[in-house]
Amino acid sequence: MKLLTGNDLSSGDVVWWTGQSWSRHIGEAVDVGDRGDILAATEEAARRVNVPYVIDAQITPEGPRPAHIKDRIRALGPTVRPDLPLKPADPAAGSWVI
Amino acid sequence: MYKYDEYDASIVAARVEEFRDQVQRRLAGHLTEDQFKPLRLMNGLYLQLHAYMLRVAVPYGTLNGQQMHMLAHIARKYDRGYGHFTTRQNLQYNWIKLEDAPDILAELATVEMHAIQTSGNCIRNISSDQFAGAAADEITDPRPWAELLRQWSTFHPEFSYLPRKFKIAVIASDTDRAAMRLHDIGIQIVCNDAGALGARIYAGGGMGRTPMIAHLIKDFVPFADFVSYLEACLRVYNRHGRRDNIYKARIKILIHALGAEEYARQVEEEFHAVKALGIDPPQAEFDRIAAHFAPPPFEAGAPDTVDRSDPDFAVWLDQNVHAHKAPGYAVVTISLKPIGGIPGDASADQIDVMADLAARYSFDELRVTHAQNIVLPHVRKVDLYAVWSALREAGLAEANLDLISDIIACPGLDYCSLANARSIPLAQKISARFADPARQRDLGELKLKISGCINACGHHHAGHIGILGVDRKGTENYQLLLGGSGAEDVSLADITGPGFSEDGVVDAIERATDVYVRERTPGERFVDTYRRIGMAPFKEAIYG
Repeated sequence: MKLLTGNDLSSGDVVWWTGQSWSRHIGEAVDVGDRGDILAATEEAARRVNVPYVIDAQITPEGPRPAHIKDRIRALGPTVRPDLPLKPADPAAGSWVI
Repeated sequence: MYKYDEYDASIVAARVEEFRDQVQRRLAGHLTEDQFKPLRLMNGLYLQLHAYMLRVAVPYGTLNGQQMHMLAHIARKYDRGYGHFTTRQNLQYNWIKLEDAPDILAELATVEMHAIQTSGNCIRNISSDQFAGAAADEITDPRPWAELLRQWSTFHPEFSYLPRKFKIAVIASDTDRAAMRLHDIGIQIVCNDAGALGARIYAGGGMGRTPMIAHLIKDFVPFADFVSYLEACLRVYNRHGRRDNIYKARIKILIHALGAEEYARQVEEEFHAVKALGIDPPQAEFDRIAAHFAPPPFEAGAPDTVDRSDPDFAVWLDQNVHAHKAPGYAVVTISLKPIGGIPGDASADQIDVMADLAARYSFDELRVTHAQNIVLPHVRKVDLYAVWSALREAGLAEANLDLISDIIACPGLDYCSLANARSIPLAQKISARFADPARQRDLGELKLKISGCINACGHHHAGHIGILGVDRKGTENYQLLLGGSGAEDVSLADITGPGFSEDGVVDAIERATDVYVRERTPGERFVDTYRRIGMAPFKEAIYG
């Protein structure tokens, strides 16, 4: 599957395209298929996202999982600050990244 | 410490308002990211993996308690309660909102701080010896020279769009605590036979993907020619440095191509043209700047003895405290490398503690080191126990300076958009593996440095043991290097061979230290043994 991601223009937060808007939670991301580049251009022009780009991901029972570690770290937060990531209470969060 | 004059204050204030307008135009959609990016970078604002990152300049690593408190305040108010001290003696915040950036810069300006020269292809924040003004072995305080260069380089119209970023370090002792010869230009203030101070100039050093040690290009430049000579160095680079290839754009590549002698010849020729312009400041201006760095009023007759009866304190004393030029005083280095911690990170509360200790015990001065630690430069020996006790209460009394757990590590893939692999978890695992203080002290001085990509922000080329994180088909992999040094015995580390997994490289380091323990002769450091016996025994042990 393909996901569209970027950073929120104002906050800089990592965001994921949900089909209608942007979410900070990768679990809400949807497969953009081959529409990613068009969506990216439209959303960036509307200032709803900063530097959007398309990534590869796998579908898993827990939700989308980016193919590359860099995007998994973007999705979760720094692996060295378990108090900061988006899923701090999830003991499996670390292994999800690696 | 240097205090802003009306020009400093006005240009910083003007820059804040200019950037406020640029941010508003970006948020309103009047600027695209392509248009805005160079503007935000000129103000130290990057876009990293998780958020905007703001890099705050700490000129030559010197700051006072009020400035340190401001760094804590910003961490609490605008970030997530911590900051990261960097290998360029600066501080980075990892969770900045674009809309807050102008207010942060405005708050920094109230304590004479800014984020200028922390990004872009300009002359970056000048770095220096963290013991400047305190070291027993310095011939003068190098900071007035560094401050002069700061004033010369700030917004220099000719050097705001160089082929690539440009880093300068200034020291004034034979002991190099600033990795001086791994800078684009390294300057050592020296004294000539006539007793006059001047600058010994090295050029063409650097790390990154093509590490090189700077060449000596001029043995002595008197103060009267100092700025003109630096101007000539930069002009030759600006004229001939490659702009067609970012990987070949640093001055080290130019000097390597031209040869150091030819570069020096061209600089000399250019110098004569520049000198005629009359840009060198008068001695009175240098004296005005130097007056800001006058030694603090050290107490005459301060006791020179320390009660070592507390064994934990005695260990810290031996490891983290250095000789001071003033009798009865000492230089304290606060380790930001707790076992299992994040190198260079400090919480807002810890930053406040260090600021308070500086105000109470160190004439209100602190320094940031390129090894990501903090220095209290002027502490009375009778106050050392009180300082240590307060540091211990704040979790800042790790007695590991220059030992294997005093690791330099870049933010790596946990934060940095350029990184290929994580650096911090590896640093945490290594410090945990070697956590035993007695074992660390037995291994002695061992500088371990980790970079998460080829850009080498973690100085892996200069590590007695260096580690470079790479991306091998989407998996983190770590190359091991041995034998580097950023000090006066400067050398570039050699790659041992094929890379390792995260756990594998920790095991490999342990095997390398076992070789050292087996082969060392009395008084030899790890790097000395490596230089004497060479790579082969280490390679055999590491790869078996």
